[in-house]
Amino acid sequence: MIKHIVTGIQAVGHRVIDGVWRLGCASRFFLLVLLNSPPSFLRFGLITREIYFAGVLSLVIILVSGLFVGMVLGLQGYETLQKFGAESAVGTLVALSLVRELGPVIAALLFASRAGSAMTAEIGLMKATEQLAAMGMMAVDPVARVVAPRFWAGVFSMPLLAAMFTVMGVFGGYLVTVIFIGVDEGSFWSQMQDAVDFRYDIVNGVIKSCFFGVAITAIAVFEGFDAPPTAEGVSGATTRTVVTSALTILGMDFVLTAFMFRGVS
Amino acid sequence: MQRTMMDFWVGLFVMAGIGALLILGMKVGNLTTYQTGESYTLVGNFENIGGLKVRAPVKSAGVVVGRVADIQFSLETYDAVVTINMDARYQFPQDTFASILTSGLLGEQYVGLLPGGDDAMLEDGDKFMKTNSAIVLEDMIGRFLFDKAAEDKDF
Repeated sequence: MIKHIVTGIQAVGHRVIDGVWRLGCASRFFLLVLLNSPPSFLRFGLITREIYFAGVLSLVIILVSGLFVGMVLGLQGYETLQKFGAESAVGTLVALSLVRELGPVIAALLFASRAGSAMTAEIGLMKATEQLAAMGMMAVDPVARVVAPRFWAGVFSMPLLAAMFTVMGVFGGYLVTVIFIGVDEGSFWSQMQDAVDFRYDIVNGVIKSCFFGVAITAIAVFEGFDAPPTAEGVSGATTRTVVTSALTILGMDFVLTAFMFRGVS
Repeated sequence: MQRTMMDFWVGLFVMAGIGALLILGMKVGNLTTYQTGESYTLVGNFENIGGLKVRAPVKSAGVVVGRVADIQFSLETYDAVVTINMDARYQFPQDTFASILTSGLLGEQYVGLLPGGDDAMLEDGDKFMKTNSAIVLEDMIGRFLFDKAAEDKDF
């Protein structure tokens, strides 16, 4: 009996120590990437290439999702608001929820599953096929050559993608409520502009997406670099990237929201 | 893919992203009416500010002329001290009346300014001489009931 309890406690301790150890590894790796970043800024072509793969190729999914999210928001918001005769406030509802929360968060979730997983799989496979080791043999630092450009490309692309997602969402809301349903166009835009503050709402949304960009790419490159060099290991690392990124984004979003929009104290 | 082609797409991507941010600022947000110009501060003591919030608009004749910058409780006079950032383009006479009003039945509260006839203008850091508190529903109902009771006693 006592033996079972002891092994149970040991299992808990083992997991906690493992988790803390991994977190420490990830933080040290993050520092290493930052230290090795200056050389990759000197060869900006590398970063451009990664922005193409992480940012430009994610555009389609980001824009289409943004459009549909905005359309659904417009439709649902109209359904509820028209009960109170406040259907002209639907522009405010769509814009505020997109600019503050949905834009940064959904764009980040899509970016994590579209670009983050690809980054992990690519780096993991490079490790499994010993390309990273070969680079090390040729005195090329794999962190500076492979990891840092990907990291900065992700950090740079994320806010731009989130902004485009938000714009598409507002356009989708406009399409459904003003064009299809027939809410007054003037009050749609004027109430929206009245409610959305540049410094308080838009800049805070951009700050959020910058944080998400750093978190997603840091997780993605770490998982890829840390993946066991087997087919199974790479697939596991890819899954972990998506799961960990999603949880980190949602958790971080709550903390950032609590700091940014806690209202007037 | 060719290097130049990739550069082209990335350039387009970055420009579209910056364009999206600009659209957010101009069309969705209030950057067009954003106050970056000069401003001056005025202070008003209110007996009761109701639901007034920081960043609430300050209007005169319905036009936004400033924003509430800060709300503090004064321990000397036991009332609310509201600091207002006024747009420097708008100058008001010294006997301007400041009151807390509500836009619509359930709308947000704002500070309304009613200009007086004084020749001297309010300067930076000046205090409103005359203020009017927010209307509190409970007070109103209470006064109504009190008046009603007084009326009944007359009979």
